Amino acid sequence: MEVALAALIGIFFVTAVYLMLSPHVIRILLGVAVLGNAVNLLIFTSGRLTREVPPIVPDGMIVADPSIANPLPQALVLTAIVISFSFFAFLLTLAYRAFQELGTDDTDTMRIAEPADEAAPPTGY
Amino acid sequence: MAGKPTEPVDLTGAMVTDVPALADWLVVAPVVICLLGGAFLLAQRKNTAIQGRTAVGVLALLVVAAVGLLSHVLNSGPIVMTMGRWLPPFGITFAVDILGAVMVLVAAIVSFFCGLYALTEIDTQHRRYGFFPFLVLLMAGVCGAFLTGDIFNLYVWFEVLLIASFGLLILGNEKAQLDGAVKYAFLNLIATTLFLIATAYLYGLVGTLNMADIAVRVAELPDGAPINTIAALYLLAFAMKAAAFPVFSWLPAAYHTPRIVVSAVFAGLLTKVGVYALLRTLVMLMPASLAVFTDILAWIAGATMLLGVLGALAQSDIRRTMGYLVVSGIGSMLAGIALASDLGLMGAIMYAVHSMIVMTALYMTCGLMIHQAGSHDLRRLGGLYARDPFLSAIFLILAFAIAGLPPFSGFWPKLTLIQASLAGGNGWLAGAILVTGFLTTIAVGRIWIMSFWRGGPVGTPDGESIAITDMPMTDPADRRDMLFPIIGLTILVIALGFLPRPYLNIAAGGAGGLLYSDAYVESVLGKDSTEADIGEEIGTDADGPDANSTEESQSGDGS
Repeated sequence: MEVALAALIGIFFVTAVYLMLSPHVIRILLGVAVLGNAVNLLIFTSGRLTREVPPIVPDGMIVADPSIANPLPQALVLTAIVISFSFFAFLLTLAYRAFQELGTDDTDTMRIAEPADEAAPPTGY
Repeated sequence: MAGKPTEPVDLTGAMVTDVPALADWLVVAPVVICLLGGAFLLAQRKNTAIQGRTAVGVLALLVVAAVGLLSHVLNSGPIVMTMGRWLPPFGITFAVDILGAVMVLVAAIVSFFCGLYALTEIDTQHRRYGFFPFLVLLMAGVCGAFLTGDIFNLYVWFEVLLIASFGLLILGNEKAQLDGAVKYAFLNLIATTLFLIATAYLYGLVGTLNMADIAVRVAELPDGAPINTIAALYLLAFAMKAAAFPVFSWLPAAYHTPRIVVSAVFAGLLTKVGVYALLRTLVMLMPASLAVFTDILAWIAGATMLLGVLGALAQSDIRRTMGYLVVSGIGSMLAGIALASDLGLMGAIMYAVHSMIVMTALYMTCGLMIHQAGSHDLRRLGGLYARDPFLSAIFLILAFAIAGLPPFSGFWPKLTLIQASLAGGNGWLAGAILVTGFLTTIAVGRIWIMSFWRGGPVGTPDGESIAITDMPMTDPADRRDMLFPIIGLTILVIALGFLPRPYLNIAAGGAGGLLYSDAYVESVLGKDSTEADIGEEIGTDADGPDANSTEESQSGDGS
């Protein structure tokens, strides 16, 4: 199970990196979305995979048995999902507004903040 | 916990039973103050009349809390508080040592003066966009990052400060801002995602998220555990946050685009949070891996400081020059981390404190210069001495400080770092620090000569002075209000330069706390509980991740 998930996570990371290497904002956005899911699966896998044993301490035991599911990675993934979701919403809006204002989604031609043809600073009075 | 409701369960093994002392509540006070203040300001977003003063009041309260926290930590050692009463390492721990407390204090002071400056700089329209709530919530994230003792919680605070910084960066929706924000937002998001990836692997390896517990368990890892890979991931993530070579390009692309007070806040706080996280993770949690990366980190440090200052020399926009100087300063801090000796870390901490104060003050001064001269271009600036001689004196002091010239605050950290490099056998690093200082002197000296000393813009004949007639004088009341926070920070710069003793002592204490983290670990995990008996007591399985409490999620969601 771990091996299969590891391979899946690897595919997710490869896809995300490939998409994020593009100069086009829309592809970078897709890459970021895939990257977020890759990380969530990674956290989930690194917290030990078990089947169908809910994380509840049974009667008569003080501490949890190692065979039950680990609830902590699920909590972490939940937090990470909330955060990456809100960030993705912000990035979508930002990309759309940037497209409206700058007229391009190609980051190579976004040179308003750092003009390409700016003259060198003066060397004398 | 299990058991029938009628049977009392013995919780002493898992829960904190004592009520924390009243003074210990200071650990969470900065975060609580900022979150409550931010929530109130957010509710009053349309009420622009009271926003500014309320925000300054909240930030003043934050300074008071931070002073109390630092003095408490200096008197009685690290303070710990765990959420939900779960015993560490189960609950989310807030733990503060000298380093955390001093960073909170300096961040609070810087943000307080930025709030004061913003009263004049931020107009009604930008207040309606929500400048002040964002500023206070940004401080919640910054203080949380400095105070938390849980690595996943550190990630959450990073995201809090990041989303607040997005809001500040695009305030006003200008073309250049959106352009800069695209680069800033994507690259910072990738950096925090890398941080999360590293944390997932670390959790898989050591099975805990509590920093003190991680420090203990990493030291006990068997040979061949992939801890160096994890350390490399942390190094990349935090170097990106701190804007180190070769991943600093987001900083000069974005820092000159927002309102100048936003740039001042960012320059003072954000990159230093990255440096702080590097200190915490690499120096305290994974010292053995840091030793592996010493050489590469030293090269990164040297390249960052030299390329940063060369970038500063190549700009004619004074705001962009300042952005590159921030990058250059990060190089000096990384040099201290690379050396990883008492002296080196002490220098890095001192440099971080100095850089927070001076870079903020420099950005504010540039803001007033731009107000007075109507331009931020070196070719068009000139004759400012005639208009505002006092400002020229302030700028000169700050220029000396950022270049590391005595008798101001920049001198002592550079001296310490050079001493540490020579003691560590890294002569070339000491040379790089000195060359950087020299080039910085040229970069800021050129700004001073061209904007204050010469008579007018490029083309003005020698000895003549062209009055800046096409710019209306800045309203004297506005000038006074903008000058006041600059003077406040400049006094700090002078005081740190002339009375370095407490500054040196606190930095030495912070460095000691990182290198010899026993006191920190003890205060979190308890005096006599070694790692082994905690494991047995609670019955965790030391080979794999253990079934920790779900407290993590509660705080995470709340943030």
